[in-house]
Formats: sequence, structure tokens, C-alpha cells
Amino acid sequence: MSRQSFSATVVILILGVAAFAADDRNPLAGDPKAAKAGEYEFRINCALCHGLGARGGGRGPDLTRAVKKHTHSDADMFQVISNGIPGTAMPSNGTNGQGVGMTDEEIWQIITYLRSQEVKAPATPLGNAAHGKDLFYGDANCSLCHMVEGKGGRLGPDLSGVGGSRTREALVDSVRNPSRRLAWGLSEATKEFPQEYESVTVVTADGKQIKGVTLNEDSFSVQIMDAGEHIHLLDKATLRSFQKSRQSAMPKYDTDVLSDKELSDVVAYLISVGAK
Amino acid sequence: MMERRCTDSAEMPVRSWKNTARILAVWLIAGLCATRSLAQVTYDRLLNSAKEPQNWMTYSGDYSGKRFSGLDQINATNAHTMVAKWVYQTGATGKLETTPLVVDGILYATAQDNRAFALDARTGRPIWMYQHQLPGDIRPCCGRVNRGLAILGDKVFLGTLDAHVIALDAKTGNVLWDVVAADYRTGHSFTVAPLAVKNLIVIGVSGGEYGVRGFIDAYDAATGERKWRFYTVPGPGEPGHDTWEADSWKVGGAPAWNTGTYDAATNQIFWPTGNPAPSNRGEGRAGDNLYSNALLALNADSGKMNWYFQFTRHDEHDWDATQVPIMVDAGGKHLIAQANRNGFFYVIDRTTGKLVSATAYGKTTWSDTKDTDGRPVANQNASPTLEGHTVCPGALGTTNFMAPTYDPQAGLFYVTARDQCDIFSTAPQPYEAGHAYYGSAYFPSEDAEPYRGFLKAIDPATGEIKWKFEHTSPTWSGALSTAGGLVFSGDAEGNFIAFDAKSGKPLWHFQMGGAVYAAPMAFAVDGKEYVAIAAGSAIYTFGLP
Repeated sequence: MSRQSFSATVVILILGVAAFAADDRNPLAGDPKAAKAGEYEFRINCALCHGLGARGGGRGPDLTRAVKKHTHSDADMFQVISNGIPGTAMPSNGTNGQGVGMTDEEIWQIITYLRSQEVKAPATPLGNAAHGKDLFYGDANCSLCHMVEGKGGRLGPDLSGVGGSRTREALVDSVRNPSRRLAWGLSEATKEFPQEYESVTVVTADGKQIKGVTLNEDSFSVQIMDAGEHIHLLDKATLRSFQKSRQSAMPKYDTDVLSDKELSDVVAYLISVGAK
Repeated sequence: MMERRCTDSAEMPVRSWKNTARILAVWLIAGLCATRSLAQVTYDRLLNSAKEPQNWMTYSGDYSGKRFSGLDQINATNAHTMVAKWVYQTGATGKLETTPLVVDGILYATAQDNRAFALDARTGRPIWMYQHQLPGDIRPCCGRVNRGLAILGDKVFLGTLDAHVIALDAKTGNVLWDVVAADYRTGHSFTVAPLAVKNLIVIGVSGGEYGVRGFIDAYDAATGERKWRFYTVPGPGEPGHDTWEADSWKVGGAPAWNTGTYDAATNQIFWPTGNPAPSNRGEGRAGDNLYSNALLALNADSGKMNWYFQFTRHDEHDWDATQVPIMVDAGGKHLIAQANRNGFFYVIDRTTGKLVSATAYGKTTWSDTKDTDGRPVANQNASPTLEGHTVCPGALGTTNFMAPTYDPQAGLFYVTARDQCDIFSTAPQPYEAGHAYYGSAYFPSEDAEPYRGFLKAIDPATGEIKWKFEHTSPTWSGALSTAGGLVFSGDAEGNFIAFDAKSGKPLWHFQMGGAVYAAPMAFAVDGKEYVAIAAGSAIYTFGLP
């Protein structure tokens, strides 16, 4: 970048910040036509991660919650949509390789749409988070495989942030039907899809059986963690057998194992941690 | 071609004869003007590229689009011993889609953000580097990508993301001419590797996601003067114009963003076109929307169309038909075959443009019937709805830009394929110049089967899949076949793999540390064969130990 164009960029950035600062209220707030236009813009630009209807998708949080982790005011939302959230999968507007991104008006339309979709948080919490924490680390045995805030097992995904990025319904479903949709693990920078928590059973050349979850895999090698949290690095060509399954290693928690009330408490705990 | 002569008076600096003589004497003494290469890559060489398999002089390796190398030093017997030879880091981020060219020991390639460079093909050491200065507000649809260069004479040719066509000096990377084909601010760009035909540089525009009116251009390689333009969306009074509702043709898309092929026998360029705009919403553009998602046969000299074949009429799923069409001669017939993004493998008579066969080669739900010509027809449930509707293949298609290959020895067509279904949902959008114009959104279906990716070997005579190799996940890698009985392709996990062309058995692989979005090629220098592929942010070459 030449010095001249660098200076021009700085000026534009300053002007941009000034314009944004001056316009920190949604000029389209409450306009139903803007909300409808915003719904379509949302589908095109946001729904891939946040789901149709903004209720959370594979990687983006539910945006229908009145209380959001990263934003409070409309101005916050404008800022997050424009600039993304560093350290998360949320990109800044126009940087997804799909052109110049949305106009300011289109961003305000999306905010208007999201405001129209918000579900107010219930006056009383859905569950008892403190009891949920006891269950998580105690009778429900969640922590045997899952970590929250640095404590717990390693076989399953770390759940510290999950309460902030998934709907309550998705959390309940993943406990009741863990195989319906496997959790995502490692994402590689240039790869299209992240690794999933698939179950795997292999028999090595010397007849040893190993059961666990895949940490990663390609056509020629596989990296497995077994229930004892040992990592096994294996070449597929040397294995006597290699079987993958989309039956999650996580047991299915029916109501006779974990009642609705208990599950509600565990979810309340995860949501309370995820909101931090 | 090297021509032995000392000076070219037309290019001498204007000085006195005395001075000229003095300088000439100094040059002669220093032995600096012993040889001078002129018109290094002639049209004749491009036409007869099979005679020099050590070189790879067009995007697909030859005019037929086969991406087949006549080299056989690396073969099914010794492929398992292959080793990495050199790696060149481009320093760029994002998807690297380039296919290098190699001519007489020098490798020419591109990288993201319109970088171009020449390397010593034996060592990977750079000879020159060029980067086009792009404005900050370009409109790439799908990454700041480029798929490669064309070479003709002593120039290489680059299409840019701000819709310039640039000729670079092949020895220095100096800009020889730079012309603007269209306004990037309204969504025009180039990502394609141009094709050199005779004295022309043929190039097709990108921008189907921005409602451009697509075109294919031909430029005089010497001067940059535009010799013809074929608009892929006919204007008022032209045949096919009535396949567009009202003014929808003005923003009708039908870009031409992948490299076509050329048949010298009939002097026809075969160039494929992309989706109509908006890409996933048919409302407002009633009709077949010619010549979107079609294969065009154009007269190379005039750009006039001889025939067209439209694969997907009135497309609502973003199924660009921009896959490289490969000319195949079989049973005395002159055919052209394309594995289409819509999931069908088409064989067409390239003399007449008539369909010979269409066979599904992946998971498809959009068509259950064929018309009287044998062309698959969309069923009533295929259209996107406001609530969303699952269709296979998904928007990314059964295949996409990844280059296929045809091995005349094995008689098989190899293509990277994916089984993935998407939920297609409409999202009406007004056209706004320079802004994305999709009219829709698509999502992976949450309850869908996991996506699957393959390398498939298709018999063009029957459409039968002779073998398939399932990758761990879908890949964007193209494929190369060689006279050594090998097929090379890459995967999303970063492996470069050599397959036995007949059986599909993987014989060798190398982990490159980055996903593959490019297609491989082969070349030889000093009698040694190399296979090259771009992955991650680098170009890798491999050979025998």
C-alpha cells in the first residue's frame, strides 16, 4: 500500500468511526418493512452460521435471546456486524471473500429484524444453575468427559462456551440425543469442514482393540483419544480393522437417568458459565 | 524458439550510428548478444503441445482440455518412491487455485490478490515476481483467487480481480499492456486462466453473483486491442433475448469464469457459462435464461456463436456449468464431455452441439425425467421456497471449478465429486449495482447425511462409474492423468495422492499441510519428470528420488 493510499485509508477510517459514533441509534428501529428486508439480508449473510430464523446454527449462537453475550445496544450490534469479534468465527462485514459486504442500511435492517425476533428471558431462570453445577461434577457424570473452566475430562468437547453459543433447545437435544448431531472438534485454517466427534474402533496389527473418538483423520492416518484419555497415532494401512460410527461416544441421557428438572438445572449452569 | 541474431534495429535506442556501432562492439566483445529469444511460445507450439510433453503451456495442458501429461517416467511401478523436490511459498493467504505453466524450464504461476511469478522449475527459486495493485473495494464472489496464466510469444497474460487484462513480459514480469475490460465496481472481475488461440487472448468474466451481463472477450496478444466480445446474455433483437423476462437480461449473469477449450479442426472455441442472476431465485426472470449454464461453440476469429447447449434451464440453484469441457474422440465421433455441477455427466457431439448422453454421476434429486433430446429436466419440487426446501446436489454442486482429466490410454474421465444436499430458501433482494445479488440463501441441512467427497472414474461411452475413491471429506482439488498410468489429485486434509489410473488404488501420498483448491500438472526439466500442485499457500513439486 502506498503512503498516499494508507493516509487515505486512515482518513476514511476516522470518518467512518465519526459517522458511526454519530449514528449509534438504529434509524430503522421498529420499522416492519425494514425488518422484512433485514430477514432476507440475514438469510443471505448470517443464516449459514446463525440458522434460519436466527435461532442458532452449527457454529453461531442463538440471536433471538434478549441478552446477548457480545452486544447490548443497537450500536454494539452494528459494531459487531461491521467489525466481527476477534478470536471467534464471527467475521467482519465484507471479509468473507464475498465482495464488499453489506451497506450500513442493510446492517440496520438486520438489527431491526433481530430485535423483532427477540424472545425475552423468563423472569425466573429456567433451572437452578448451582444445582446444575453439582450435577455436572457429580451424579450426572458430565465432567468425566467434559471440561468447564479448566476442570473435567478431555474425551468430549470443552463446554465452557457452549451455553453462550447454542440455544437451550440445542443443549437439551444434545444431551437427550447425542448422536443426532455430532459435536465439532478441530477446525483447520484451510479446510472446509471441521473434524467431528466420531466414535471409532480399531484393531491394530498385533490384535489390540482401541475404542475412542477421532481427534483428527485423513485418508491415511487417524488420531484417536480413548476413554483413558490416551492419544493413539495410527496409520490406517497398518490396521487390521478400522470402523467409524456416527453413534456418539456420549451415552444417551433419558429422563430416567436425568430428569427434565435436572437437565434444566445443568443447562442453566452451562448458560450461566457461557454468559461470562 | 531461439533465433541467432545480434540486434533488432527497430528496438535499438535512438542514438547516432557511431554510438550504436560502439555499443554493438562492446556487446560483441562481452559476448552478451550471442542469442536472443523471439516469440518463445508460438501458436504452432500450443497447437502441437503433445510433441513437447516436458512443457505445460495452457491451463489444461492442451487445447482439448484433457489435463493429460504424455510423461511416463513416473509411473504405476515407481510412483510409491516419489519424494518432494521443492516448495515455493507465495506469502499469500486464502485459496490458491492456480495451475502453473512450464515452458523450457521456467514455471509461471499466479497466487491470490493477482500475484504472478516465474520460477526456476528445477529449484523453485524465483526469477521475477509481479503483483497487480488492486483497489480496496473489489468484488470477488468467492475469494481473492486466480486460476492461472496464458502464455503466447514472449508474454504471459493475467486476468485481474478488478477486471483488467494484463500482458507481462515472460522474462521480467514487466507490464507490456494493461487494458480494462469492464467496471469492477459493478461486480466484474476475472479469476480465470485466459486461453491463447492464434494471436488472441480469450478470457471470460466473473460476477454472476453481482448481476453482471456476462461476456467472453478476445484481445490481440500483441497490443491488447479487443478483437471481439460475445455477450452471454443476448441483447434486444438478438436470438435468445426472449428467454428473459422484461429487463432481467440486463443483470442476467451467465459469467464465463473457467477456461474453455479449442478445436483447430473446426476453428471453434468451446467455452462454458455460469448461473443466471440472481443465482437462486427464478422469479422475475421467467424463461430459459439463455445462454446461462451452457456450453458455447464460438468461431475463434469472430466470436460468433455456432451452437449452444444449455445444461440447466432457468437455474435456481447456482449450478454454473463452468466446468472444463473435454474434447474426446471415440468411435469416429468428435465429442465433448462435461461433468456438470448439476450432477449429470454430459456427452455432446461437438460438431453439431447435439446431446449424446446424460448420466447422473452423483446424488441428484432435482430431475427424474428427460426431455425428447435426452436432457434431464427439473421436477416441480426442485425450486427453492421461502421456508426452505432440500435439493441434491447442494449449491456447491456435484463438482465445481476443480478441473477434471481424461486419460486416453485408460479411456476414463476422472472428476472430483461431492454428495451434499442443501436447503434452498428464497430471500428476495433488489438489484443494487456492485452488491451481491443472490436472491436466496442455502444451508446445509442439519439432518442431512454427512457430506461425502470422491474421485470418480467415468467411462464416457456409457456414463458408468468404473471406480471411485472416497476421501475423508469433500475436496476442491482437480485431477491430472499421465501416460505413466497414474491419476493425481489432492484432498481437503492436505494430501497429494497418486492413484492407479485403472483401479483407483492409491499408490503414494504426501502431506502438504494445507487443503488443495487447485489442479495438478506435470512437466520435465533436464530429463526429469515433476508433478506440481498448489496447496495451502504454496506450490509443491514432486519427482523420483
